[in-house]
Amino acid sequence: MTPTVLPEAARRSGAGFDLKLYGPFLALAALILLGALVNPAFLSPTNIGNVLTRTAFIGIIAVGATFVITAGGIDLSVGSLAAFASGVMIVVMNALVAGMGPGVPVILVGVLVALGLGLAAGLVNGLLVTKGRMEAFIVTLGTMGIFRSLVTYMADGGTLSLNSAVRNVYRPVYYGGVFGVSFPILMFAVVAVAGAVILYRTRFGRYCAAIGSNEDVARYSAIDTDRVKLAAFVLQGLCVALAVVIYVPRLGSASATTGLLWELEAIAAVIIGGTMLKGGYGRIWGTVVGAVMLTLIDNILNLTGAISVYLNGTIQGVIIIVAVLLQRSAGSRR
Amino acid sequence: MKFGLALVAALAAGLVLAPSGASAQQKIKMGVSIPAATHGWAGGLNWHAQQAEKKLEKQYPNLDVVIVTARDVGRQANDIEDLVSVRNIDALVILPFESAPMTDPVRAVKQAGKFVTVVDRGLTDPSIQDLYVAGNNPEMGQVSGRFIKERLGGKGDIVVLRGIPTVIDNQRVDGFMKEIEGTQIKVLGMQYANWNRDDGFKVMQDFLARFPKIDAVWAQDDDIALGVIEAVKQAKREKEMFILGGAGMKDMIKRVMDKDTLVPADVLYPPSMIAEAMEITAKHLVEKAPIKKEYIIEATLVTPENAAKYYYPDSPF
Repeated sequence: MTPTVLPEAARRSGAGFDLKLYGPFLALAALILLGALVNPAFLSPTNIGNVLTRTAFIGIIAVGATFVITAGGIDLSVGSLAAFASGVMIVVMNALVAGMGPGVPVILVGVLVALGLGLAAGLVNGLLVTKGRMEAFIVTLGTMGIFRSLVTYMADGGTLSLNSAVRNVYRPVYYGGVFGVSFPILMFAVVAVAGAVILYRTRFGRYCAAIGSNEDVARYSAIDTDRVKLAAFVLQGLCVALAVVIYVPRLGSASATTGLLWELEAIAAVIIGGTMLKGGYGRIWGTVVGAVMLTLIDNILNLTGAISVYLNGTIQGVIIIVAVLLQRSAGSRR
Repeated sequence: MKFGLALVAALAAGLVLAPSGASAQQKIKMGVSIPAATHGWAGGLNWHAQQAEKKLEKQYPNLDVVIVTARDVGRQANDIEDLVSVRNIDALVILPFESAPMTDPVRAVKQAGKFVTVVDRGLTDPSIQDLYVAGNNPEMGQVSGRFIKERLGGKGDIVVLRGIPTVIDNQRVDGFMKEIEGTQIKVLGMQYANWNRDDGFKVMQDFLARFPKIDAVWAQDDDIALGVIEAVKQAKREKEMFILGGAGMKDMIKRVMDKDTLVPADVLYPPSMIAEAMEITAKHLVEKAPIKKEYIIEATLVTPENAAKYYYPDSPF
C-alpha cells in the first residue's frame, strides 16, 4: 500500500508532515499493536485472513461510496440494495437450477443478475438526483426503504436460502483462494486499485472532486456535472453488486437483516479515511484503511474478555471520533 | 391545483373506506399488533399470525381480524391508537416490542374497555392484561443448560453467543448459568451476536481464533447457530464440538431430524405462540368461553425422536 501513497504525499507535502494523509495509517498501526497486545492469536494468519475477508464487503462498497461522497453526494441505500440484490440473486439461481442443473453457468447468470441490478439501482438513484433535481440524501433514503421492504416481501419475512447443490459449487468463491489469500480479499484489492486509478488518474476522478468542491464552478467550467454524478452513483451500485457476489456464497442466504447499517459503516470508513463528508476531497487508500479499522475494532473486542460487552459500541464510537478528530485538527491548518 | 388533487385523493380514500367501515359495525373486531417481519423469528411470527387470521375468519364468520405490524416501539404505539380510534376494535392481541414503553399505551386500550391479550413480552404492570400467552425464557436457558451439561458429562469448555442486550436475553442467560452452576463446565467467552447470522459467523470466527479447544457452543438462537455452523466448518473443527441453538427454525429442526452430529438438538421458542393467543382470544370473544389468565408455552427440547412434530416446511422461518 505504501508505495502508492508516497507519490501523493510528495505532491502535497510542502508544509512538512501531512497528518491528514498519514493519519488513517497511523491509527491502523496503533490498532494492530493494540490487537497484538490483547491476544497473541490476533496476528495469526487465520485471524488476519478472517478480518480482511470480512472487510471485503464493506470495503468494496466504501470504495464506491468514496466517489459519491467526493462528488458531494451520499448514498444511504447501499445496505438495503445489498440485501435486495442478494435476495434476487438467490431466487434466480434457485429457479434456474431445475433447468440448468447446479453448475457454474447458473452462478454466472446469478452474478450477471446481481451486476445488472446494481447498475440499474445506481441509475435510478443517479437519475433521480440529477434529472429529478432532488437531494441525494432524500432519494437514497427513499430507495433504502424500498429495497429493504422488497427483500422482506420476497423472503416472506423469513430467510431466502440458496439451493444447497448450487451453494456447494459457489461456496469456494468466499472460502477459497490462491496462495492462502481468499478471493474476497483479492477482489477487494482489485476494486481498491481500480478505484485509486479512477479517482487519482482519470478526468472523471478529478471532475468528482471538482463537483464536490463547488458544483456551480464545475458547471461553468464546462463539466457535464449531471453525467459525472450519475456515473458516480452507477459506480456505487456496481460496487454493491460486487460485494453481493462474494457475500452470497458465505452463508448462502439473504433476509431482512442482511446488510443492516452497512450504509453507515461504509460512510464511516470513507470519513475515517480522510474523505470530506461535504465533498471535494477523496482518498481511496484512506477508505480501505478505514474499512479495515472498523472490522479490526470489532475483532479486537471479541478477542478480549476485558471490556464489558455492553460497552463495545462505546469503544467503537470513541475510536471513530478520535481518528477523525486527529485528522480534522491537522487538516484545518492547511 | 395541488389542493384540488389532494381533495380528489381524500374523496377517493373516503369512498374506498366508507363501505368497509359500515359493514364492520356488526362484526366483532380483534386487533393484532406485532413487530414487523424484520428478522427470522418475527418473520415466522407474521406468517403464523396470517395463518391464524385466515383460519379464525373462516371458523367465525362474524369475526374480523386486523393485523398491524410496526418497526419500532413508537410506531407500535401509533398502531394501537389507530386500532382503537379508527378501527374500533373489541379486543387487542399485542406482542410488545419492549415491555416498559408499551405499558402505558396498552393501559389506555384497556381503559377504553377493550379485552387485552399480551403475548411473549410481559408489560411492566401485569394487572392490565386479561390474558397472557408466552414462551418461557428462563426455562429456555435452563433446558439448554441441562442438555449441554448432560451431553458433556458435567465438564468441558463452552462459548456462548448472546442475542441483543434485552431482558429476554438476560433471562435466558441467567437460566442457563444457574443450570450449569457447580459443574466443571467453563464458559470461555460470551459475546452478543444480535440474533443475526452474519454476526454469529463473525463472533464465532473470533472465538475459534481465541480458543484452541471448544467442546460446545450455546448459540441460543437458530439464526446465530447457522452462522456459527459455517464458521466452525470453515475452521474444519466440526468434530470437536456441537452447537445448540433455539427457537425452532425449520432448517435447524430438519438438521436435528436428519441426525446432524453438529446439531444434536434444538430448544423451542415457537413463533406460533401468536396463533395460540389469537385462537384463545377469539374463542373467548365469540363463544364467551372461559379462559385461564395465563398460558406459558414450554421450552421443549427437540431431539431426533420428536423433531417431526415441530417441522413446518411452509413457514418462512
